[in-house]
Amino acid sequence: MTIRVSKLWFGYALAMAWFYVLLWPLLGIKADGLEFGASFAIWSKVAVASAILLGLYQLKKVGAFGFVERPAKVVGKAAGAVAARVPTWVALALVAAVAVAFPFFTERYAHDVAISVLVYIILGLGLNVVVGLAGLLDLGYIAFFGVGAYTYALLSVHFGLSFWLCLPIAGGFAAIAGCIIGYPTLRMRGDYLAIVTLGFGEIVRIVINNWMSLTNGPNGILGIKAPGIYWWNGKGFEHMLLNSLEQLYYIILALAVFTIVAVYRLNHSRIGRAFEAVREDQTAAELMGVDTLRIKLLAYALGAVFGGLAGTFFAARMKFVSPESFTFIESAMVLSMVVLGGMGSIPGVILGAVTLIALPEVFRGFELYRMFVFGGVMAGMMIFRPKGLWPAKRMGARSEERE
Amino acid sequence: MTQQQPILELKNVTSAYGRIKAIREVSLKVYPGEVVSIIGANGAGKSTTLMSICGVLHPEQGEVWYDGVRIDGLASDLLPARGLCQVPEGRRIFPRLSVEENLDMGAFFRKDAAAIDHDKNRVFQLFPILQERRKQYGGTLSGGEQQMLAMGRALMSRPRLLLLDEPSLGLAPLIVQQIFRIIREINEADGVTVVLVEQNANLALKSSSRGYVLETGNVVMEDSAEALLANPDIRKAYLGE
Repeated sequence: MTIRVSKLWFGYALAMAWFYVLLWPLLGIKADGLEFGASFAIWSKVAVASAILLGLYQLKKVGAFGFVERPAKVVGKAAGAVAARVPTWVALALVAAVAVAFPFFTERYAHDVAISVLVYIILGLGLNVVVGLAGLLDLGYIAFFGVGAYTYALLSVHFGLSFWLCLPIAGGFAAIAGCIIGYPTLRMRGDYLAIVTLGFGEIVRIVINNWMSLTNGPNGILGIKAPGIYWWNGKGFEHMLLNSLEQLYYIILALAVFTIVAVYRLNHSRIGRAFEAVREDQTAAELMGVDTLRIKLLAYALGAVFGGLAGTFFAARMKFVSPESFTFIESAMVLSMVVLGGMGSIPGVILGAVTLIALPEVFRGFELYRMFVFGGVMAGMMIFRPKGLWPAKRMGARSEERE
Repeated sequence: MTQQQPILELKNVTSAYGRIKAIREVSLKVYPGEVVSIIGANGAGKSTTLMSICGVLHPEQGEVWYDGVRIDGLASDLLPARGLCQVPEGRRIFPRLSVEENLDMGAFFRKDAAAIDHDKNRVFQLFPILQERRKQYGGTLSGGEQQMLAMGRALMSRPRLLLLDEPSLGLAPLIVQQIFRIIREINEADGVTVVLVEQNANLALKSSSRGYVLETGNVVMEDSAEALLANPDIRKAYLGE
């Protein structure tokens, strides 16, 4: 025991020394000379905090917290048993009720955050079809978000088309863009595909940035109309635009629910099974009569449709689009959600989107360290939950359905 | 039997990986209802021959005829619907699909739900272990069970000609016996023509009516299975005597 304890603390000392070596150049090297005070102050705080955590961990190992742990375990078990008894639909109804009631007991700021979470849920689920189901690593997914957003922006500003009409049009345009990008690239496998999709994602952004006559380049497009509906005003139906955040929240909520249902149905369909077969073994799938190029193209186009829908809403909500919203970092963000949540898992992707969008808002105070924490969380995930927060678990689900 | 039209015929097929020719002018015929073995050492071109039949590899020269149609230019995914299916080397089941989903993938191109259910029952009858494990991931099965799953998956396409690539690879002798018993049953009871590629020449020839011997990409011998089993050269080279 003593040997293991000393080994633990030796590791701690080594890690802290290494941490200081990494930290000091960032904070200590200045134009007017070297400085140690600031970096040492931060370093000592981190060192003390982790020493306390390590001490607690050791006490836990020894069993000093038995008096808390044992009752907690009993309570946890009981709660688990109760949760297992609750049918899925009750849980779903509860989530739906909370989602619908959300705007009534929250502030404007919370609405704003919730809207971006829902937009990213749609994006995450769309990318999940491509990455999680079909196993095609797509690093340029945000391009379809951009295609959707610009489709609505241009049609709304130049032709005054309504949001609802543009929704399917933008979805269709995104699907066409998906096919155009997919046809030449999907013959490639693995790393090559990832690199080419990364390139295509950038091409779309750069084209938007430079095609002044159509997209107004980096200045973006202003004056996009919000979604409108016909509403009974006592005398007759009146057309009104949904400008308030609550109204927009309900629209994106409806879109997100539509996406969830669509992706769920796809997941449990014959085509979804073919997507997974191609992911598992492309040659074997081909030998079973699957036209793999067509199936991959279909996965790509379907994923793109959801990107396009989300983009349309994004343009309508912001009332302004510019190429800056569609950079590579956004693609990486959406991909992180899918990976963090659990590839191929719908609740996982939702959880991933909530984690990556809502948590940084909660911890606004640490904004400077956001990327730092992000990296740490990702590294921790790889160690402790390599399959994601809520991994896909649907063994034989599709077969059961047919019975 | 020799009066019949062959169900599969290779005419001087040459296939290559890049500049390396793996098989040279291979010709062979398979008649309906037969079990034909292709035996040979490692690297003799056995799997290449099967891949050239299935369209995964397109031959450089020569022709492949199946059921009166020339198929050497066709995409591989069109063949299962014509009744030509391969159980690839190393089984290649879908590890993260359940056993039953793997079987469903075998019937991917089919729309006749009732007949699919019938065939699935037949597969479960041939391989009862698959029914027991149908909710499990394919990747969690043992090697022998995976071989059975791969064969079951191929049978789900209702093949008339089944190509089996090394079904005994890496399996315990008892399991191999069982697999070969089932191959014979598929052939006799279901009337499926079988082409069997094997290193285990003894076992393969004992289950077949005829055999071809491949050596460094060429067919060096072709005869009935009994004659090959009795041939001293074959016994020396492939049966370890």
